[in-house]
Amino acid sequence: MLNTNEDETMRIELQDIHKYYGPVRANNGVSLTIASGEIHGILGENGAGKSTLMKILSGFIHATKGTILIDACPVKFENPAQASLMGIGMLYQDPLDFPFLTVLDNFMLGLTDGLSVQADQFRNQLNELSASFGFQVNPDIPVQRLTIGERQQLEILRLLGLGIEVLVLDEPTTGISAVQKQLLFQALKKLAADGKSVILVSHKLEDVEALCDRVTVLRYGAVTGAMESPFDTGMLLKMMFGAPPSQPLRKAAQSGSSVLEMKQVYASGGRSGLKDCSITFRQGEMIGLAGLEGSGQGVFLRVASGMQKPALGEISLRGARIKGGAFPAFRQAGAAFLPASRLEEGLIPGLTLTEHYALQNKSSKFLIPWAQAYQQAQKCINLFRIKGQPQTFVQTLSGGNQQRLLLSFLPDKPKLLLLENPTRGLDLESAHWVWQRLCNYADRKVCIVFASSELDEILMVANRVLVFFDGSIIKDVKADETDADELGRAIAGKCD
Amino acid sequence: MPTLHFIATTMISDLNLTILFASVIAGAAPVVIAAIGETITEKAGIINLSLDGTILLSAMTAFAVAYETDSLLLGFGAAGIVGACVAGIVALFSIYLGQSQVAVGFVLTLMCRDLAYFLGNPYSRLQGPQASPLPLPFLKEIPFLGTVFCNHNLPVYLSLALIFISWQYIYRTSYGLKLRSVGENPEASFVRGINPRKIQLTYALCGGFLVGISGAVFSLAIKPGWGRPQGAEGVGWIALALVIFGGWHPIRAAAGAYFFSFLQVIGIHAQTWLPNAPAQVFQVAPFPLMIFTLVLMHLAQKEAVLNWTEEKAWLRTLIRMFSGTAPQSLGKTEISN
Amino acid sequence: MLMNWGGRLPVNVTDSSKINQMQLSKSLLSGFKLLLNGLLTLTVVFCFTTLILLIAGAPPLAAYYHIFKGSLGSWITFGHVVKTWIPLTLCSTGLIYTFRIGLWNIGVEGQIMMGAVFSTAMLRWGADWNQPFGVIGLAYGAGISGGAMWAIIAGFLKTKGGVNEIFAGLGLNFVAQGLILWLIFGPWRRPGVASMSGTEPFPYELWLSNWPGLRIAPAGLALAIGAIFLTALILKYTRIGLNLKAIGNNAQAARLFGLNPKHHMLLAMLFAGGLAGLAGNIQVTGIYHRLLPAISSNYGYLALMVVMLANYNIWAAPLVAFFFACLNVGSIQLPMALRLDSSLSGVIQGSLVLATLAVQAWRVKRNK
Repeated sequence: MLNTNEDETMRIELQDIHKYYGPVRANNGVSLTIASGEIHGILGENGAGKSTLMKILSGFIHATKGTILIDACPVKFENPAQASLMGIGMLYQDPLDFPFLTVLDNFMLGLTDGLSVQADQFRNQLNELSASFGFQVNPDIPVQRLTIGERQQLEILRLLGLGIEVLVLDEPTTGISAVQKQLLFQALKKLAADGKSVILVSHKLEDVEALCDRVTVLRYGAVTGAMESPFDTGMLLKMMFGAPPSQPLRKAAQSGSSVLEMKQVYASGGRSGLKDCSITFRQGEMIGLAGLEGSGQGVFLRVASGMQKPALGEISLRGARIKGGAFPAFRQAGAAFLPASRLEEGLIPGLTLTEHYALQNKSSKFLIPWAQAYQQAQKCINLFRIKGQPQTFVQTLSGGNQQRLLLSFLPDKPKLLLLENPTRGLDLESAHWVWQRLCNYADRKVCIVFASSELDEILMVANRVLVFFDGSIIKDVKADETDADELGRAIAGKCD
Repeated sequence: MPTLHFIATTMISDLNLTILFASVIAGAAPVVIAAIGETITEKAGIINLSLDGTILLSAMTAFAVAYETDSLLLGFGAAGIVGACVAGIVALFSIYLGQSQVAVGFVLTLMCRDLAYFLGNPYSRLQGPQASPLPLPFLKEIPFLGTVFCNHNLPVYLSLALIFISWQYIYRTSYGLKLRSVGENPEASFVRGINPRKIQLTYALCGGFLVGISGAVFSLAIKPGWGRPQGAEGVGWIALALVIFGGWHPIRAAAGAYFFSFLQVIGIHAQTWLPNAPAQVFQVAPFPLMIFTLVLMHLAQKEAVLNWTEEKAWLRTLIRMFSGTAPQSLGKTEISN
Repeated sequence: MLMNWGGRLPVNVTDSSKINQMQLSKSLLSGFKLLLNGLLTLTVVFCFTTLILLIAGAPPLAAYYHIFKGSLGSWITFGHVVKTWIPLTLCSTGLIYTFRIGLWNIGVEGQIMMGAVFSTAMLRWGADWNQPFGVIGLAYGAGISGGAMWAIIAGFLKTKGGVNEIFAGLGLNFVAQGLILWLIFGPWRRPGVASMSGTEPFPYELWLSNWPGLRIAPAGLALAIGAIFLTALILKYTRIGLNLKAIGNNAQAARLFGLNPKHHMLLAMLFAGGLAGLAGNIQVTGIYHRLLPAISSNYGYLALMVVMLANYNIWAAPLVAFFFACLNVGSIQLPMALRLDSSLSGVIQGSLVLATLAVQAWRVKRNK
């Protein structure tokens, strides 16, 4: 093993860490200490600076100011490899691995050197390690075929193979099943019992409460408090958000005429595709789509909005049959779609706000009504409180403002809104604003369908919940007839 | 004007299978070397589009250097260095200046060709040194195989050895693993202690060196001498297409090179059989074929096609032969830090 | 087969204060910087070319002098420059459409050839109609449709067949070249012996009329200038221009705005191919008056460089095209005057594009 002080304990101190991106202060004087053998939670909402801090600790980015001490000795990491040589390894939020290489290749990379890869030796090591944690990994299939949870397991094994003493995990419970989460938590407890430190970065109170010995809460890039187990949930919430956020209320479902109807629709795409989907949505319904990332929700939304052509099946909008994949016809019938990745799928980098409104404005067929588009841009900037100018390029807007801009493109009188993770990556205020806006639509009997990876969010606003598992809808319930436990089991594929 | 008669020197009048295959192996040598060089470069995530110009410039350099020094070895070496330099320019523009590899490669294609014509002008149509046949003792006595594989000059043996070596290197050594990892996901490689920029630059240079050697094989062995046109025009583009055709695997790329070489030889024979068929048809035949195979490869990825071939085993095998995935970060430019 | 050949710079997320700063910075300063960039680029190219000339054992200053004298030295040579400028500009304007939507229309070379082939076919067919104006008019149409057809094939291969447009275009270039050779040595060969000098010249009535002395066809000049202005208007004021730009920057999002990327790709190819076909027509009717193997004169490949050097700007492209035309025409003098190969112009042009890219990128990097 690479680490020389395997039997010794390792104590990590971060002192007054600052990280600035231009005027943005991602970390603003963070100090914290992590003792060996403890599971330390870093809690905070999206954009609080948790990931930035951990990337600094793992050598992925450099701090603008501040010191890292290992056993009271200041260290400076040029790159992640140096950090892992010192015993610090990080599991990134989006898995940093090689989907097209095999599991064994992924495991060996960074460990092996020399002309021969010594595949057999590493295969044994991988098998031993995975057996000791109860993980099941086939060394010879491409990583592409693993679930997110299995990719995490592989990455943890790889880091342990490197001989790390401190394991940092960034939001590891997003996108994995309940079973895998249990397995993960067991493994982490075992690591802590072996004297290794675990740092768990999360914005989910339940994860932190279930696992951690100690929690540090970040807000706006600074520490707002720390607490030892057992935790006081109210206090933690207060540290995370300042004042507890006011929540929009779930509205009772109104029964109305059918807006969208699907009969036995099949489509490809995502990890699982969409299988045998038959469903009816009605006016005034607010429907939350739950499920692991890539279980078919994304494909469903794209098929329902006409962005993607289904392989089989019938779709009707407001009672009339419509040809799958004919986006203009769907638009005409009042369907609107908001994708999750704003800058990749929703907005056009390199175009200004005015140019976006010019694209949106279809009043003339051949010539562009530039003056009209400019006025529209100014109007929407005021109405939607977008921080920008008509001539601003969209890629320079912040995530929240990009989402406001996208919302401003929604038609005035839609019949069906299809939204994919509408609040992902937004700070609380922006997310709140988005839901207020959407609830206004719901009041006007618009049917709203949204996918979200947060059960809390779904239970907060939706009045009907669909659970996707492996491309099929395995649960369809009214929100007030279910709870987080039941939905959580369904998400993992267990339906009773 | 593209003339693809690089087999012309080994042209034969009557169809003798042994000689036919031997001339396919010999004629494909430079294309095999260039395609493998480009495969290595692209495995690291860099597209060197300049092959067509690079081959000409290095062919000219090889001939000029060998002519002046009367040393074939120096000729080959100089050609390799020229090839590496051109590939290095593409890599530097991409890695350190964030410029499009396609744009830079395209400009270099034209520029290197013109540079070759300009600087090579004094060496036009001169008699110079060339690689002499080097039959392998004993091995060449083996019936059929001996003549096909063991009765050539050194560059041809080099091309044969290269197929095996590059395959082993890419898929069996830890260096090859690192190379592939950078082409798939440079950021993840960085986290594993690999310097993606260094790897990309290194293998761009290596691949470029091989492309340069391939140019030297033209002007010092396959089609000795220099002129305008040299006869290697258009070959670079074929080599580029072969990399895709080969699904970024050196053995399959080489197989593609032999297939096209075979077509060329057959084409020459066909001309003697069908004197009325215009020669131009045979000269451009590889290109529509290239497009056709690319369409096939696209179809091989389509789910509908895969379902359709579900029950037809031979069709499925055929389709699988044409499938391949590009390195995920191929062609991406990055300026970080 | 997943190929990402986007080649566009990743969009840099600049914070708003930087933009304000940039807006505040005086235009004088940025103008000065631009001038400095230009001077730096020219110095680099000058040094490089001089070095190449010294390697070739030629007197650099004499070479530059001959290029200048051979292009702008007299009205006759100036006429040659304009004759080169016309097809080069037509192709460059066409390429602006395809670059805008993010396509590398490398097949422009073959599109010129097919324009020439179709025009020749029309002129041969209508040679004995005694309607010279009508036939020439029809030949324009034939040339445009020939180039457009070749471009559309590449477009369909891209949108339906999943073939990267670079390989589709390139393959079609070679096919077009083969077709021309076959025509010249086959069905359209000269009575007597077929040769590389091309087909039998057309009857004099079917030549585009020239200004006496300059030997420039006014019709060609008018078409080229018209194409520039029309393209500028289309790009700025019509839906087509905005749609192409939107799709080129993010095709996925453009679909959400109700645009069809594939249709627009075909449309852009149609424009580019049509203009290239027109260039091919003028090569045949206005300059050579017959079909030659080298009828495209490499203008297609050259036009790609022109547009890159012009930074994809419609107003800069004609200026760059003029400069490139001067280099091309001027370097024809080199073999006679200095026994050098005329391909020096290509070396200068290529190094100019590379140096410009490098200097631009270096500046951007330094400002970060």
